[in-house]
Amino acid sequence: MTATLDQVTGWEPGATEAKIAIRNVRKEFPVRDGGTPIAALTDISLDVRAGEFLTLVGPSGCGKSTLLDLVAGLTTPTSGEILLDGAPITGPGLDRGIVFQQYALFPWRTALANIEFGLESKGVPRRERAERARHYLELVGLAGFGERYPHELSGGMRQRVAIARSLAFDPQVLLMDEPFAALDAQTRESLQEELLHIWHRTGKTVVFITHGIDEAVYLGRRVAVMTARPGRIKEIFPVDFDSRDGDLRANPAFGEYRHHVWTLLREEGAGATAKREVVSRRG
Amino acid sequence: MAEPRTAEAGRNVAVAEGPREGTPEEYPGDVHWYDLPDDDAAPEEDEKPRTAGRSPWRRFSGAVRHGGSRAVRNSSAIALLLAVWETLPRIGVVDRVFVPPLSEDLVAWYDLLLSGQLAEHFQASVIRSLSGFGLAIALAVPLGLVIGWYKPVADLLTPLLELFRNTSPIALLPVFILILGLGESSKVAFVLYACAWPILLNTVSGVKTVEPMLIKSARSMGLGPVTLFRKVILPAAVPTIFTGIRLAGAYSILVLLIAEMVGAKAGLGYLINDAQASFRIPEMYAGIITISVVGLSFNLLLLLVERRFSTWRTT
Repeated sequence: MTATLDQVTGWEPGATEAKIAIRNVRKEFPVRDGGTPIAALTDISLDVRAGEFLTLVGPSGCGKSTLLDLVAGLTTPTSGEILLDGAPITGPGLDRGIVFQQYALFPWRTALANIEFGLESKGVPRRERAERARHYLELVGLAGFGERYPHELSGGMRQRVAIARSLAFDPQVLLMDEPFAALDAQTRESLQEELLHIWHRTGKTVVFITHGIDEAVYLGRRVAVMTARPGRIKEIFPVDFDSRDGDLRANPAFGEYRHHVWTLLREEGAGATAKREVVSRRG
Repeated sequence: MAEPRTAEAGRNVAVAEGPREGTPEEYPGDVHWYDLPDDDAAPEEDEKPRTAGRSPWRRFSGAVRHGGSRAVRNSSAIALLLAVWETLPRIGVVDRVFVPPLSEDLVAWYDLLLSGQLAEHFQASVIRSLSGFGLAIALAVPLGLVIGWYKPVADLLTPLLELFRNTSPIALLPVFILILGLGESSKVAFVLYACAWPILLNTVSGVKTVEPMLIKSARSMGLGPVTLFRKVILPAAVPTIFTGIRLAGAYSILVLLIAEMVGAKAGLGYLINDAQASFRIPEMYAGIITISVVGLSFNLLLLLVERRFSTWRTT
């Protein structure tokens, strides 16, 4: 099963081709009154392979979102470089789609019109826009909800629309910033499962940020664990299961991976939040 | 490169997942039960916007039904006021010379209507009001957009705006008359000045308070500053701008009355003042009734327009 998945997603372990190459990136933020700038990220080096699903887990405030903003081109690194298909990232672009935790849907647009947004700025003609928007609305399981406004949809549905919006303009890379953190546990699990389906179908490269250990292990084919601020990559390891059928979270291997991440985060001292989360999930 | 891989991926998924029956079929287009409780969590809150978002007819009929029961409740207080107005002068509790019974005022109103005087005054007032109001929209909305969007302009103008905004327009009325004379231009300018503030301030705040996540999201989709403004900032600010416009509409009538009382030869303010001075008391009340009906209708109209442009706003 794992082997099949690797074939499906188009990468073999050891492949040289990196979709996103992050090289020695450091990001500092200036402080008021001209003090020494605060380093949010230090010495980040990370390769994301084409078509892989990488989860990035770390304690809150470790700079995960900053790293995502950098890859999105919304900010620039203080030093180091980020390459997309070997070319440095110079700004935001439709080759990367972002899904935010707060959905960030345009409240004055219907679900379909939201999905069309990126297509408009790509210059896709009106008829084709409508067709593609409808297609992606179906892909995220919301056929029939196209004329609803965001405030008429539940949190889970809004996030589906946001995912459809990011997929619609066909980016090569999907960047997801804790997209399911604001959802209730059941909706989150169903969306996690559907996201994996979508990933299989579309073959996108996905970078998924989370502070949830379970989520990182469940979704990621590789998990990158970050340290507390200033953020560094502490360890990257592949996640392999003999079979993903049935209740994966009950698989002993799942527990081992989770414990491994938990241990890494606890060593950070900032593992308190992570620990609480694990305990609450057990209880 | 990307396309063949995707195609191949699709095939492989089908092969790999073939034995797992049901999964691909039940996946697309499903509305899952766990999405529903979320949906129904706050029915009271959801009810209004949801009906508002669907068909215009349902929204209209809903509004009529909703408004109908409310109208009965609200109008009972007004009916009481009118009854008191009619009765008290008749039984001698108040002097019927100064407060004639309502029926006499309505007769005077009808006479004014037949003689064409009411139409003349009404027309004079409405033209001044609407010109000042319209010019205020035309000037204050673009200015507000610029102030809200360009920080240097905001930094430059904010102290000035604060100063003028806290100076009552009425204090400036003599200045308007001094410079522009007693004619139409001083009245229109006066209305324009008074109406500009609520529109300007609301437009500025509408632009400034656009959800930063929306801007970030739009920027991430490669929008430049101009498109960002047109497609995100402007639509997001529209409801707030309309709140300012509605407030200004009420102002346009309030302050015009003042201007017409100070110096005018026509208009509802002139009618009220003139009738009082020449002791045609029922006519004075006829003027007052007209102005309150005009103000009420104008506000209602603007409220409907505002709602039309803010259906998506949940709060």
